[in-house]
Formats: sequence, C-alpha cells, structure tokens
Amino acid sequence: MSNAPIGFESTDHPVLAIEDLTVSFDGFKAVDKLNLYVQRNEVRVVIGPNGAGKTTVLDLICGKTQATSGSIRFNNHELTKMSEHAIVRVGVGRKFQTPSIYENLSVFENLEMSFPRGRKVFGALTFKRTADVVARVESVAAEIFLDQHLYTQADLLSHGQKQWLEIGMLLMQEPELLMLDEPVAGMSVSEREKTAQLLGRISQGRSVVVIEHDMDFVKSIAHKVTVLHQGKILAEGSMDKVQSDPKVIDVYLGH
Amino acid sequence: MNAAYEKILGGRSGLAGLLILGVLLLVIFPLGLDIFRLNLVGKYLSYAFVAVGLVLCWGYGGILSLGQGVFFGVGGYCMAMFLKLEASDPISTKIQSTPGIPDFMDWNQITSLPAMWQPFHSFSFTVLAVLAVPTLLALVIGMAMFKRRVGDVYFSIVTQAIAAILSILIIGQQGLTGGVNGITDLKTLMGWDIRTDSAKMILYFVNAGLLFACILFGRYILTSKLGRLLMAMRDKEERVRFSGYDVASFKVFVFCVAAMFSAVGGAMFTLQVGFMSPSFVGIVPSIEMVIYAAVGGRMSLLGAVYGTLLVNFGKTYFSETFPELWLFLMGGLFIAVVMYFPNGLAGVYEKQGKRLMAKFSRKKMTPSEPVKPKAAAKPDSAGAHLDGANLEASK
Repeated sequence: MSNAPIGFESTDHPVLAIEDLTVSFDGFKAVDKLNLYVQRNEVRVVIGPNGAGKTTVLDLICGKTQATSGSIRFNNHELTKMSEHAIVRVGVGRKFQTPSIYENLSVFENLEMSFPRGRKVFGALTFKRTADVVARVESVAAEIFLDQHLYTQADLLSHGQKQWLEIGMLLMQEPELLMLDEPVAGMSVSEREKTAQLLGRISQGRSVVVIEHDMDFVKSIAHKVTVLHQGKILAEGSMDKVQSDPKVIDVYLGH
Repeated sequence: MNAAYEKILGGRSGLAGLLILGVLLLVIFPLGLDIFRLNLVGKYLSYAFVAVGLVLCWGYGGILSLGQGVFFGVGGYCMAMFLKLEASDPISTKIQSTPGIPDFMDWNQITSLPAMWQPFHSFSFTVLAVLAVPTLLALVIGMAMFKRRVGDVYFSIVTQAIAAILSILIIGQQGLTGGVNGITDLKTLMGWDIRTDSAKMILYFVNAGLLFACILFGRYILTSKLGRLLMAMRDKEERVRFSGYDVASFKVFVFCVAAMFSAVGGAMFTLQVGFMSPSFVGIVPSIEMVIYAAVGGRMSLLGAVYGTLLVNFGKTYFSETFPELWLFLMGGLFIAVVMYFPNGLAGVYEKQGKRLMAKFSRKKMTPSEPVKPKAAAKPDSAGAHLDGANLEASK
C-alpha cells in the first residue's frame, strides 16, 4: 500500500503547500515555521505526541484559527486570507475529532445538508430534493456503509457509524482535500478495517490528511507520515523510515 | 402528493392545528366577545406577531433577542406617524399657533413639520416603511453582530441595550416623537374612522389574517432546508460553518424576518389601539414578549399565539380581579412555566397528546413493539415534521 505516491514532490505540483506557517497563542508557538506539501491521490498521516500542534495545523488549513505568519496554498487559493465557508467551497473538507453530526436529523438529512447546492439564504429557502440529490445521497451512503440506515435518526447510530456519517457528509461536498481528525477513535477492529478500505477508496482523485494515534491503522493507510513535535516537523517519510528514526522513538513511539 | 399541502400546512396534523386556531380566532372570539373585549384580543394578537417571530429566531435559530420591542415600536410608530398627520389637518388644528402639524409639535414650539415626517403623508410609503425600516435596522444590527460572531448572551444584552437606547431617544425627542406620551389621538385611516365598532371589527379580522400569513410564512421557512439549517446551527454551528455555509447570513436572515413580523404587529397595534408610545419599545415590553413565546413553547409557531393570549388574558384577569396581587400571580405563572413546562404549552400538549396516542395504540399492538422515530419517516415527508414534532428533538 505504501508504494505509489512517495517522493514525487519535485516533479508534481502539490495540491496543498504549507510554507513557514507559524501561529502563536500569547507567545506560545503552537505551530512553528512549518513546511508541508501534500500531493494529489496521497494519504498523509500526521502523528505526534499530545500538544504537538496536529489539530492546530488542521484548524489553520480550514480557517478556524488565524495564522500569525506564513502561507497555506491550496491549488491557486491562499487559504490564510479566506473565510471558513469560502475555504470549504473551494474544496477543503474537515472532520472533527469527536463526531460532529446533526443528532436529531436522519442519516439522509445529514448527508443532504452537505450537498453543495442551496448554500446561500435564498438558495436554501427554495432548495428542492431533486432526483440528483437523492441519487448522490444514496451513493455516498453506500460508500460509508450506511445505505441500510438512511432513515435512521443519527443519534441512534453507533459511535463508529457516526464517524462514517461525518466522513460521508464531507464526501457530499466533493472535496479535493479531505482532513480527518482521529477518524477511527472509538472504533472496533472490524470498523477500523472498513475505515481503512474506505480511505483507500476515497483518496482516489483527491488528497487526504489524517491525524491518528493508532499505529496499526496508520500503517495500513499512510502513503507518507509526518511526525510533529512542539509545532515543528520532527521527521517525514514512509512509515518504516519514520518508525526507525531514533528521534521519533525518543519523543513519541518509544514511550 | 400536494407539495404545498405537506410543506406549508404541515400535513393533516399541521392543518388541524391551524384550523383549530382559525376557528378560535375567526369564529369563537368574534361571536362570543363584545367589541371591547374583541378589540382587546386584537391588541393581544398584535403582540403574537412578535412571539411568532421569536419562535423563528429564538426557538429555531437560537438567537435570543431581548429587544423585539424595538421593531414592534418602529413599525407601530411608522403607522402612528401616518395616522397622526391625517388627524392633524389644518381645520382640526386651527387653534394651534402652527395649524397643520401634530399637536405635540406645537406644544414643543416647533413651527414646521420636520423632514423626517414629510414622507409619512403617503400611505404607500408608510406601508413600505413599516416593513422596511425595522427590517433594515435588524439587518444592520445582525450584520454588525453575527459577522463578528457575537452570540448567545452577549447578543441578548446588546439587543436589550438597543431597546433601552431607542426608548430613551423617543422620550428625549419630545418635539419629534411625542415623548413619553407617544403619538395619541389617532382618528382616521385615509378618511376611514378607526374608532368605530365596525372598524375595530374589520381591523381585528385584518390583524388575524396577517397573523396567519406570518405563521404560514414561518412554516414555509421552517420546512425548507433553511429551517433545518437553523436547527443544525443551533446545535452544531461549527459543523454547518465547515460544510460551506456562511452561518452569519442565515442568522441575519431569520433575525430580519422576526423583526418584520414584529413591525407588522406594531402597525396593527397602532391601528387597533389608536396610539403608540415608548412603553412598547423598551426593555420591559421586549422581555414580556419573550415570555409569551416561552409560555407558548418556543418551538411552536401556533403555541406562540396561545402563549400570548394566555399571558395577556392572565394579565387582564388578575389585574381586574386582584389589583394588588396581580404582578405576583403573573410572576408565579412565569416561574411555573420555566420550572415545570420548559417547552411551554406546546410541550404540554405534545406530552399529553403522546400519552393519549400511546393509550390508543396499546390496544392495537403489543406494548413491546418499538415506536418508529419521527425522523425515520420517508424522505419526502422527513422535512415536514413541524412544531411539536421538533420539540422532542430539541430536548
């Protein structure tokens, strides 16, 4: 699995290019002069000890946190200067650490909410559930293993199913860059396997950035691993390379 | 299936609710009450516009505005300005030192009609102003607050401050607004005497008709994707934002709709009661209006109307029967509602209705049979659950 997309930065144009990114909270640099490039079709996993700045990096990309300095380029857009909804509309999807879904709506309605039409006030007022919406919802539901639960209220789903549902909501948006914060937290072993398959499938034609702690899961999905420590990159490369890096073992894997 | 029937009327149960309210307002009250009491009900129903607006912006949008009196007042003042100009023709004001201007201006040594009042000679301008001025005001407030992500309690405090500021401004600008007395002695609407019994009867029906129009428009909003977005925002604002929606614009929209409803109520209040004063603008009336919505059930458009009626009937009854105790009794009512019926009258109805339904269905099926959750209905009706149906989900 970890063969194809490694080592092509120089030849290909990266989808996401983070350069000299810094954010400081009251003088504390949560992310410090970070450089990170993600290619199309790549699944990049970001690992690191707690407080390394992993989630902050995702927050910065999706506009939730404002960068102090540096640039985040996504295709031809400078994301640091855009509002959150505009960033989503150019093709960046983000899943939160805890499943963030609309509990009192059905699976169908949850997915429909993310359908990229009727995103403005009057568009939403006149939005109609046409055949293409239904078809898209059904195909995404099949992809995230929830086609049998379309009309189940979302709060009745298991924890793992909720995680999938949120991934499905992102897929509805057809993002070019998908960011997942701990997608398999709280999942059973079989659910983890299915999620790994899912990620393998959905990374086709887009880029995926994943934050994860579960090393077996990381091994099964990562094309390339970035290790963050104190807001800086400690190591980057294939899983094998990173795992054998003495610095990584010292601050993260070894303990 | 008729889409409009499902969407706006809310299917059979939604239609039944509307019909019951319709019979109450359009048949029982006009037949059962004398014109004085009916006019009083009409006054209460003009407050119900505010409560219906609050259901949209507070109940569904999660925006608690404690300044809805501002919009009620601005709508009411716009109408009152038109009526006052009509009542101040040169002949009936010939004893003034400047005939042809409103009496309170004359008392304040103003000798010509201020520019702000000029366009209110036109009825069509007045109608436009009633609808547009409060809505634009809400737009400005909403943009300023929601674009900066001011929310929750801070928003409530700011709206309350605005209500206080506006009422102080109105009282201070006596020559322009009639000060603390307000604009009084309103007589005719384009030559039609609004003080007669028949006029009061007609205005009552116009008022009720407009209230139904607002309720139906509210249902149209709530059953659209926008309605689902509002509820989604209330619970998971970040998720909505990171699904590509500009959350602020939706909040601004629903706040503007609530303001417009309030303004229509204010204008109808002026027409039915015959005056407008700053006592309907400030903090106390604004909070009272929130209480109407709370008593009725903040998730129910129809409940808001019942809540308004109940609180105001209570107010009238207690103040007539127990002049010394009535404020305490009203206070007790509010405390009881907040403590025991957090979803208001509509919540009680929903609970009791459910119990009755369960009693009936127990005879038909085995008790262990699971009850199908509401949201699990077919896709084309999934968005159509209204009012009470969402109460459960909101708990």
